[in-house]
Amino acid sequence: MTTDRSVTVNGDPVPLPDDPRVSLLDLLREYAGLPGTKKGCDQGACGACTVLVDGRTGGDRERILSCLTLAVQYEGRSVTTVEGLADGDLHPLQEAFIDHDGFQCGYCTPGQLCSAVGMAAEARRGVPSHVTADVTRSEVELTTAEIRERMSGNLCRCGAHHGIVAAIATTYAGAGR
Amino acid sequence: MSTPTTGPDVLGAPVPRRDGRVKVTGTARFAAEVPMPGLLYAAFVHSTVAKGRITGLDVAAAENSPGVALVMTHRNAPPMAAPPAFALHPMGASGDNLPVMRDDRVRWNGQAVAVVLADTQERADRAAELVTPSYAAEPAVTTWSAAKARGTARASNYGMPLTTVSGDADAALSAAAVSVDHTYTTPRESQNAMEPHAATVVWDGDTLVVHDCTQLVSQVAVSLAEVFGLRPDQVRVSAPFVGGGFGGKGLWSYLILAAAAARMTRRPVRAALSREGVYRLVGGRTLTEQRVAIGARADGRFDAIIHTGLMAMTEHNAVPEAVTSATGALYAAGSFRLEVDRALMDTVANFYMRAPGEAPGSFALESAIDELAHELGIDPVELRLRNEPETEPVTGRPFSSRHAVEAYRAGAERFGWSARSAVPRARREGEWWVGAGTAAATYPYVRFPGGAARLVLQPGGRVGVEAAAHEMGMGTATVLAQITAERFAVPLTAVSVSYGDSTLPGVIMAAGSQQTASLAAAVAAAHRELVGGLLAAGAAAGTGSPLAGCTADTVATRDGGLCRLDDPDAWEPYDALLARAGLTELRAEQAAPPPAEMGAWSIHSYGAVFAEVRVNDVTGEVRVPRIVGSFDCGRILNARTAAGQFRGGIIMGLGMALMEETQVDGRTGRIMNPSLSEYHLPVHADVGDIDVIWTGIPDPRTPLGAHGIGEIGIVGVAAAVANGVYNAVGVRVRDLPITLDKLL
Ligand code: FES
Ligand code: FES
Repeated sequence: MTTDRSVTVNGDPVPLPDDPRVSLLDLLREYAGLPGTKKGCDQGACGACTVLVDGRTGGDRERILSCLTLAVQYEGRSVTTVEGLADGDLHPLQEAFIDHDGFQCGYCTPGQLCSAVGMAAEARRGVPSHVTADVTRSEVELTTAEIRERMSGNLCRCGAHHGIVAAIATTYAGAGR
Repeated sequence: MSTPTTGPDVLGAPVPRRDGRVKVTGTARFAAEVPMPGLLYAAFVHSTVAKGRITGLDVAAAENSPGVALVMTHRNAPPMAAPPAFALHPMGASGDNLPVMRDDRVRWNGQAVAVVLADTQERADRAAELVTPSYAAEPAVTTWSAAKARGTARASNYGMPLTTVSGDADAALSAAAVSVDHTYTTPRESQNAMEPHAATVVWDGDTLVVHDCTQLVSQVAVSLAEVFGLRPDQVRVSAPFVGGGFGGKGLWSYLILAAAAARMTRRPVRAALSREGVYRLVGGRTLTEQRVAIGARADGRFDAIIHTGLMAMTEHNAVPEAVTSATGALYAAGSFRLEVDRALMDTVANFYMRAPGEAPGSFALESAIDELAHELGIDPVELRLRNEPETEPVTGRPFSSRHAVEAYRAGAERFGWSARSAVPRARREGEWWVGAGTAAATYPYVRFPGGAARLVLQPGGRVGVEAAAHEMGMGTATVLAQITAERFAVPLTAVSVSYGDSTLPGVIMAAGSQQTASLAAAVAAAHRELVGGLLAAGAAAGTGSPLAGCTADTVATRDGGLCRLDDPDAWEPYDALLARAGLTELRAEQAAPPPAEMGAWSIHSYGAVFAEVRVNDVTGEVRVPRIVGSFDCGRILNARTAAGQFRGGIIMGLGMALMEETQVDGRTGRIMNPSLSEYHLPVHADVGDIDVIWTGIPDPRTPLGAHGIGEIGIVGVAAAVANGVYNAVGVRVRDLPITLDKLL
């Protein structure tokens, strides 16, 4: 059922299944025993499946939708999921989500977390958004409007938006990382 | 942080969620994530006609497809009894009472006609594509106009016809000095919890073990037992984490089919619906058409309120949209006529969604109040205050605790309502017209019979609390720990909580905003039992206990122990009492007393919503940058999670106001937008500042003084936004959602 090729997930190799239809999301949830990454639509519309992958830009990890990604596309590359987000006990953003009540049911939460980490890196690199006033600056300041705009691909039906945005703002806004 | 974790202040404090760590680290296991060896994955084949018979069902290609273990259709499915339907049967959990896969009949477009099990999801999905059903379609009612033409009838809620008449409202309306009389419509909506419905099911001999995402563990267990001819104790339903419910997570056919297929293959089965599958198999809020007519005197006092509704249902369910239920509770009026009728359509059975009845009903009522305020030239806040009732209108029952006026005033103050222009289309900033709207909200207090809890007093002053309650993000586990810590006067860290499992005590639906009241009453009853038992065993006369001779009525809890009510210094810690009794732990299980408070008093949650609305002059786009919600919901037991419930409801109301609609193709009866890209929900960029405040005044008649808070947040929001749109641009939209085409 599996091959001798693999994807590195949170530092560990995960063998690729021999079925090329398996999405990266299903690889994580059904094959790697890492169901922390959630499936809200399987169609690229909700952001629940967001994970971080090794970047081509300055070493930053980039956010992708794992449901729209075939696992085989990431052969030999590194993926970070919510389970691997923290260096130590909790990532500062995870702590901030608890402090600011950035979730209710928790189903969108892993996607929000990974998305925010990738989003903050994008802002640091100066990637503009629809609401960026000055697109020439090398780093975009993460105002509330920027965070709301850039996180809009991550739906939350419970309506925990305020806590999510507050947690992201305290973790990243003005902090330079 | 200075959050109290013990003592009398633990209730009400903004205590962080107990399940925070597992949710932010991705270690909380949802229903589709329970590991099982030898698992089979399910894929569903959905009918493509709304009504008729299955004439052909070629499954050979699917059966021969790689990895396939079973293709189940009505031809080989095991016999199953029809599931007991919610509101038709005391323990019914099912959205409808149709037998599942019993015959060749198709009753809605999207019904499951085959289930494929395979060793991977990919293989199951592929094989499902190879099943080729053919149908003899029959004429079906799939448009609203056809449904109305077929005939309407009075709707019932739990067997009670939805009719309330007091005085002669029609005569009073024609005689009124000023009146409004308009029709409002609201569309079908889908709950769209972020977690699509899913279950992992395994048979252990004749015992069915179900890991599901339900908000009704006990009813689902009983209902499944009925379907499969088992004793209730042969079904165990576990749902410790539920990824949002909002009414949608009762019992639906996917779970029955998964259990049947697991029985046939004798292997565990995972049935995780696709997002489209949720739309096909699970019912949402139904559409409504409502008339609101109000007759008033020149000073604004109401002489007549007529509120009638018509909504779509199916022949197979009993869940109406009781759109008039708030109307009889909010305002004084000389006369009322409130009626709800239903017309039948051939669709998936409609079901509850957050604040069923009140959410669509308040859109009509509170829009009409705004229209009347405009006719009268009276400020809409003032008009509502002038019609504040002394006792519950129609019934005359006394209010247990009603501070709606205080909530309205506080909200208006916080919002800065006095700065609003009474004249529409008065304020413009660049391309944007700016307005403000308001609406009142109410939601009834409910406490269903059946609540129970088990308490376990353990060494070291530790307490376990166990109840078949649900945590879908409301903060149930956290508030249950707070309630228990307060009762025992022990630190929060000394309390462990078990919930989300049908083997635990009680029937505690996460519905009707009633779970917390049910739990509070049950914990109080079990606590009394436990304290009585502890005193009898550990503080009998002659034991030397300072509490000797005390009963549950003559002691209080303090600092991890009990003390005499009349002499708090006569105190003994729990450990000492357990030791005297020769016990290592003591358990007590009790049912909550019957909800007598509901009969004697009119008990409601109240709210006032204020919205700043901006309408783009060029595109008609509507933005809502600021909302204030001001609530009167009794005592607030956790300020943090309560704020989350209020805001979450308001945001769902924003979606209802501006974008949400489940669209049914009238030609085929098929839902046309079964995805999160075509059914729009509010995203971060749509959600502006939302300020929530509350009176916090405890209700002396309810457990812990609390009212429900899970649903009131959505009520009134759509009207507040619509009224704000009118104030911004002078266009009255009576048809939700308020999309930009209606403003151009
Ligand atoms: S599951 Fe990938 S975007 Fe929804
Ligand atoms: S916390 Fe439930 S969907 Fe976001």
